[in-house]
Amino acid sequence: MATEILMPALSPTMEEGTLAKWLVKEGDTVSSGDIMCEIETDKATMEFEAVDEGVIGKILIAEGTEGVKVNTAIAVLLEEGEDASAADTASSAAPDAAPAPQAAADSKPAEVKAPAAPKTDTTPDWPEGTKLKTQTVREALRDGMAEEMRRDENVFLMGEEVAEYQGAYKISQGLLDEFGSKRVIDTPITEHGFAGIGVGAAFGGLRPIVEFMTWNFAMQAIDHILNSAAKTLYMSGGQMGAPMVFRGPNGAAARVGAQHSQDYAAWYMQVPGLKVAMPYSASDAKGLMKSAIRDPNPVVFLENEIMYGKSFDVPDVDDYTVPFGKARIWREGSDVTIVSFGIGMTYALEAAEKLAEEGIDAEVLDLRTLRPMDTASIIKSVMKTNRCVTVEEGWPQGSVGNYITSVIMQEAFDYLDAPVINCTGKDVPMPYAANLEKLALLTTDDVIAAVKKVTYK
Amino acid sequence: MAAKRPTKKTNASADELKAYYKDMLLIRRFEEKAGQLYGMGLIGGFCHLYIGQEAVVVGLEATAKEGDSRITTYRDHGHMLACGMNPDGVMAELTGREGGYSRGKGGSMHMFSKEKKFYGGHGIVGANVPLGAGVAFADKYKGNDNVTFTYFGDGAANQGQVYETFNMAALWKLPVIFVIENNQYAMGTSQQRSTSSAEIWERGKAFGIPGEAVDGMDVLAVKDAGERAVKHARSGDGPYILEIKTYRYRGHSMSDPAKYRTREEVQKMRDERDPIEQVRNILLENKYASEDDLKAIDKDIKKIVNDSAEFAKTSPEPAPEELWTDIYATEVPQEA
Repeated sequence: MATEILMPALSPTMEEGTLAKWLVKEGDTVSSGDIMCEIETDKATMEFEAVDEGVIGKILIAEGTEGVKVNTAIAVLLEEGEDASAADTASSAAPDAAPAPQAAADSKPAEVKAPAAPKTDTTPDWPEGTKLKTQTVREALRDGMAEEMRRDENVFLMGEEVAEYQGAYKISQGLLDEFGSKRVIDTPITEHGFAGIGVGAAFGGLRPIVEFMTWNFAMQAIDHILNSAAKTLYMSGGQMGAPMVFRGPNGAAARVGAQHSQDYAAWYMQVPGLKVAMPYSASDAKGLMKSAIRDPNPVVFLENEIMYGKSFDVPDVDDYTVPFGKARIWREGSDVTIVSFGIGMTYALEAAEKLAEEGIDAEVLDLRTLRPMDTASIIKSVMKTNRCVTVEEGWPQGSVGNYITSVIMQEAFDYLDAPVINCTGKDVPMPYAANLEKLALLTTDDVIAAVKKVTYK
Repeated sequence: MAAKRPTKKTNASADELKAYYKDMLLIRRFEEKAGQLYGMGLIGGFCHLYIGQEAVVVGLEATAKEGDSRITTYRDHGHMLACGMNPDGVMAELTGREGGYSRGKGGSMHMFSKEKKFYGGHGIVGANVPLGAGVAFADKYKGNDNVTFTYFGDGAANQGQVYETFNMAALWKLPVIFVIENNQYAMGTSQQRSTSSAEIWERGKAFGIPGEAVDGMDVLAVKDAGERAVKHARSGDGPYILEIKTYRYRGHSMSDPAKYRTREEVQKMRDERDPIEQVRNILLENKYASEDDLKAIDKDIKKIVNDSAEFAKTSPEPAPEELWTDIYATEVPQEA
């Protein structure tokens, strides 16, 4: 049967082109791979090859014709032994080459709703009367990892200095002794490479914990965190993903300068497919770490060097976990909602104490995880207090606070009695000089000033 | 080309040769059809065809056993067909339909098969190299004797992460075979203009990784070298590099006019070195198959490919609800 040769689309955006030149004439025999003509697009002149073998029965579009629409018949190909007259009754090679993609535009994607935000869960993290012990964040993180490594032999830790050195910040202290070099693995200084190997190991059925000595170094590996880990479940139609944890200290330490002091909370929080935890207390560090290791998705776990040595109460129970997407209310109040996470909580809680002395009663919310984010709890609190201040160490433009503000605007605008203020680090690279560094960082006084502004005090 | 000339001495039986012929022809006809569907606007975005390189993946798949894994870049259709993925599902993914391997959410460059241990289909040049070493890491950790074929191009061979991976793979003796599909052009830049070494595989020597250059237009030479590589990796001796010198007949992607090389260069390769023609000649010369036998194979392949195109055209587009699925797993993905 004779078939029509159609004007091809030769780029993702091509709609029409110029048939610049025919390299075959009527009666010529062509076989697959032979160049039939040259087509000019807006970008280039392309050669167009035959796909089937046959005889050129008729040329329908003369060379030099401009504006030939994609899918216009440009020639007719006859099969072996067919008469030229068959060219007149040629059927299109693609009768149903109809613009199928149109269907997607017709299906009103706007009607498809994203999954609902998490519901507020106000149950306490541990029941009253639970035995508590005092632990540093450092010990809590290590215990969380060790407990999960005992529980599942596919969990392993890899990173720079995690094994023999016992961790650059001693988070993995003792793990090599207990689990051996098969499961606690020192890597060369090669973030891009070992992050990729970690993701591949997760594809292959293991549950890696990849430690970055600091999240600043993970910039070399961010392609694997986003493109390889976060997107694969979606791109594979749910067939395979990367159940793993990327962890390490995030944000400013002290006097380490611009390249070692960035807070990445807002960066990673933006990525669908990732979960992002940023604990403040030791109990949350442990409980969230255990949940992160068990989670079937890639988790970005943002710790903080300054917090590693701080002590908190941690429930002394067998298997303490904290769910993702559930904020913790550290302090109830009625005048203003302060929303923070990670080290920002230090300033938020200190400010609330001082404000209480001045008769301002602040409610302090610790988000604990930024993705999923417990926006329901924020909204519920703002509906009560009618004012909100967000507190984070990162930069102001495109901050976590910016996002929270937009959610409040959309879901609780009528409840607001003042604009939301985002307290952030200053909009500068971190300076080294002690006095300048102090000026660049967020302070408790910044939070107090913001609260006074929104409460008109 | 520094590669050896094809040898007439075969290391394969008549049946094996017929199977290679069939597998290579399937890839070629499938890719030609994909190019045609792209031209009709049924396939969108980027579409990188494997035409000319068929012997690479067919020769190496002939050395794989059940349990082995494979991972590659975005020029991935040939790898999927060669490891036994269903042409219907691959073509329907190219057209972005529900019947595609990723239910239309991955496209030409991002396809996977847990069942066939095909780990993608990756769009970032070089990124699949540590990922492949990671899959091999998992096999070593679990203590089995599986190997991972990690394919990448001469262009990707200049990415830093490739050498980070060489270092760790050698250090940890990972059972990975690095397959450099050297088709001589990184998009439009020839190897001479982009790569300091003429023999890329020799870079492995710096890490203590053995390797060799292979004539990638000769499926039997590929298989032969593949067997050496597999033996090395499977026996716990660590990684092995195969630099397979091949040639792509088509442009880098469908929208590449390929002006960086002459038409004569391409034609010469097609006329003198075509991997499918070479096997066809061996089959006929040794009377392993008659012209009629081969015609029958051609006919079967044509039907498989036409059926896949029909399936890919008629499979419905994914439901709008699919936009919101597969972003997060709710249960632990089982080991592939």
